[in-house]
Amino acid sequence: MSIANYLYLSAILFTIGAVGVVVRRNAIVVFMCIELMLNAANLAFVTFARINGNLEGQVVAFFTMVVAACEVVVGLAIIVTIYRSRRSASVDDASLLKR
Amino acid sequence: MINSALEIGTTQTPEAVLFWFLAPISVLAALGMLLVKKAVHSALLLAWVMISLAIFYIAQEALFLGIVQIVVYTGAVMMLFLFILMLVGVESSDSLTENIKGLRPIAITAAIGIGGLLTSLIARATMSRDAIGLAGANREGNAFGLAALLFTKYVWAFEVVSALLITAALGAMVLAHSQRVKSNFAQRDQSIARFRKSSLSEAAGLPGSGVYALHNAVDVPAMLPDGKAAPSSISGVLEARGDMMESKKFEMKPEKEEE
Amino acid sequence: MTTSSNLVWLIALPLLSSALLLLAGKRANAWGHLLATTVSASAFAIGVVEFFAMQNRDVAARPVTQKVFTWISVGDFQVDASLLLDQLSICFVLLITGVGTLIHVYSIAYMSHDRDRRRFFAYLNLFIAAMLLLVLGDSYLNLYVGWEGVGLASYLLIGFWNEKPAYATAAKKAFIANRVGDVGLSLAIMIAFATFGDVTFKGIEEQADQASTASMTAIALMLLLAAVGKSAQFPLQSWLGDAMAGPTPVSALIHAATMVTAGVYLITRSNFVFDAAPTAQLAVIVVGVITLLFGAVIGMAKDDIKKALAASTMSQIGYMILATGLGPIGYAFAIMHLLTHGFFKASMFLGAGSVMHGMKDEVNMRKYGGIGKYMPFTFITFGLGYLAIIGVPPFAGFYSKDKIIETAFNAGGLKGVLLGGATLLGATITAFYMTRVVIMTFFGNERWGHKDEPHESPALMLIPISLLSVGSVISGFLFYRNHSLEYWLKPIVNPAGEQHLEEFLKPIVVSVLAVTAVIIGVSIAIAKYRGEISSEAPVKVNALTKAARRDLFQDDFNEKVFMRPGQLLVKKLLNFDYIALDGLVRLVGAVSVGAGQSLRKLQNGYVRSYALMMVVGVLSLLITVWLMTS
Repeated sequence: MSIANYLYLSAILFTIGAVGVVVRRNAIVVFMCIELMLNAANLAFVTFARINGNLEGQVVAFFTMVVAACEVVVGLAIIVTIYRSRRSASVDDASLLKR
Repeated sequence: MINSALEIGTTQTPEAVLFWFLAPISVLAALGMLLVKKAVHSALLLAWVMISLAIFYIAQEALFLGIVQIVVYTGAVMMLFLFILMLVGVESSDSLTENIKGLRPIAITAAIGIGGLLTSLIARATMSRDAIGLAGANREGNAFGLAALLFTKYVWAFEVVSALLITAALGAMVLAHSQRVKSNFAQRDQSIARFRKSSLSEAAGLPGSGVYALHNAVDVPAMLPDGKAAPSSISGVLEARGDMMESKKFEMKPEKEEE
Repeated sequence: MTTSSNLVWLIALPLLSSALLLLAGKRANAWGHLLATTVSASAFAIGVVEFFAMQNRDVAARPVTQKVFTWISVGDFQVDASLLLDQLSICFVLLITGVGTLIHVYSIAYMSHDRDRRRFFAYLNLFIAAMLLLVLGDSYLNLYVGWEGVGLASYLLIGFWNEKPAYATAAKKAFIANRVGDVGLSLAIMIAFATFGDVTFKGIEEQADQASTASMTAIALMLLLAAVGKSAQFPLQSWLGDAMAGPTPVSALIHAATMVTAGVYLITRSNFVFDAAPTAQLAVIVVGVITLLFGAVIGMAKDDIKKALAASTMSQIGYMILATGLGPIGYAFAIMHLLTHGFFKASMFLGAGSVMHGMKDEVNMRKYGGIGKYMPFTFITFGLGYLAIIGVPPFAGFYSKDKIIETAFNAGGLKGVLLGGATLLGATITAFYMTRVVIMTFFGNERWGHKDEPHESPALMLIPISLLSVGSVISGFLFYRNHSLEYWLKPIVNPAGEQHLEEFLKPIVVSVLAVTAVIIGVSIAIAKYRGEISSEAPVKVNALTKAARRDLFQDDFNEKVFMRPGQLLVKKLLNFDYIALDGLVRLVGAVSVGAGQSLRKLQNGYVRSYALMMVVGVLSLLITVWLMTS
């Protein structure tokens, strides 16, 4: 089995995450799909680190995790705030910028 | 499952078995995360995907990262997700009908296109690439190797990211903070309110729950000087629930006096 | 080739005077006319001096040139603003300045009551300058400048009283008809340049035998078109009648003696071109014959004295054009007739002006009658001009017209008989309508409509008329005697001395025939108009008269065939421009607006559709990468 299979897996997970962002309406599920995409990218980085023989890929994956954590914190705080004022967690309800 | 002698470009059989076992399951889990109705189920399925990814990291000799994935990502981030789901509405579920025309077909087509293109691009990119493997980089251990990179070459990025973490924490606090609408009814205000009542019988505060020789509990009311129980000394909930105990039971009977 | 430095003053003096009079404004009102007349007279004086100097020189040394400045110098193409005074141009210079000065003098009195008299003289001087440039230019390009200049001056002078819209329209009509001809001149210059690389007369004459007949014919036909426009020949003759809207001195100078003869000058000057293109010469003859009959027929039915004289001018120039088409030997006779015609036609126009002056500016001959005994001087001078034009020997017109008729017969064969017959017929009709004019004006019952007797005109008007009448008496004989004009012009128009035509009829026979034709015409006219003439034009007339009254339908034809389709075409083109071309532009705008409207629907406010757009963007990016690395 070639190592590229990990990369293919990463691509598939990324795709599934992308579809999820567009299709789901619950804000938190959308967020989770974004997390899935980030994780897929991490997998690819780790695999590339292995292919290239140095740890730079893993360092990048590490930073990605940190940033993803920050993003989750702030993003969920925002969702909670919006939920408190609007009583709804659906993404479609924030549509005031329509034509 | 750590391969110390890698064949270039390919893996050995144990890793292959691991991969071919876990990968389809993670893909199914991811699909499930996408398709299930309840958000909590999505969160749990995502947690499964993350754990399997951690296993993959470990299999690829990224030990530190694998453990961090489990501890930070699955442990902290996913749990955070679940907490917020609790707050925001566990019962909330998406309806199945789509109200933006053409969204689903286009999204699925685009996604399949992206997937296919990515796959073929990856195949093109890695066609003649040989994997060097991390045997050399991990010579003194994975954590050591990572630290060597992190604190020398990437120290600036490291510092900036930590500043980011602090900022994110502060941001979350600011966002979650809600202003008091009414003033806080603190101790001083309570004392003033007690003295302003019509009678001063409770100016010194309510009696605490009964303290007896034989029983000392929250559910036993104190006894008043005239031998009656003082129901205000325990929580009204207990009385309403019928959990209040008789205080007479626990009275200490005086010993028979001689002469 | 001798050079001189005087030639430029011939043009510069009138031009400067014109500019001065126009720019000085009202301040020059008191002396403007005097300055203009003096300038014109000085030009005449220079012309006379040059003439005598030329006569005293050898034949080969007679032409005089002067280069004024280098006009165009582009690569290999160089055109100098140069002047050429040779035997041909000196005739014209003397005619223009001589007759011009006399008419200036006449106008001092004729226009004395007009408050725009200064402007009139400015335009007259402008005309003199332009016409002199026309005849003195040494290349087609220089001639063209003068050509356009006289067209401009004609427009300005015809429409001089432009408060009346009809006069302004007449001026426009003249200018437009001229313009059609000018296209011919431009094309001729272009073809000449393409063929020879040179536009000077000398240059083309030297290279004439190297060019193909086809290109020579093309040039010649284009020159003929120009001449037709300027000289009011068929089919561009409709403007001459309406040009009588201008003051009478204008009609005398421009539309009798000089501008309308520019076409004849052009063809004569281009004799080397026409002699190399027999087909074009045939066209010239045809145009000449048609016009001489056309003008004569129209002249028979005109009751407006000036329009009758205009039709007569048209017809006489037809004679001249016919003569130029008859080969090298005809040019001299054309010029001879041109010069004599200048005298007698100008004198008749001035005489008509004098009659109008006495009849309170009435032009309708039906309202004249019996003026002869009240204005004897005008009567006598007009009569001398009349005798000259109909060709009574020994007056001027007889000699020149007679030579043309003779040359026409000598053209040989059927062509000669037809041409000769046509010219004789023209002579008869000319005699008829001129007699009609004279009878209606000076004889017969008085039909004035009022009782005031017409008085004779002032001396300033009568002196020029009389001088011109002297010319109409003696000039023909002077040009004819000893073939003086023929020999004078020979180096220019007939250098090889060729073309001895076979005599078809002996000259004396031709003369007798001509005189007989004249007598017939006069008799018919006297017979018809001897009795009472009505003061209203009769309504029941035959078809030919009706047609002649309507200028043989030329205006109607022009309107139906050129004007209305032209207007329709313009309207269609405007429509096309609005719908198609503007529509294209508006389509661009509409497309942008439509695209904007459709794209607006993408902004539906839903975050998910924006996310979808991002996904699609990533997809396209990947496609690009995929294509670039494949």
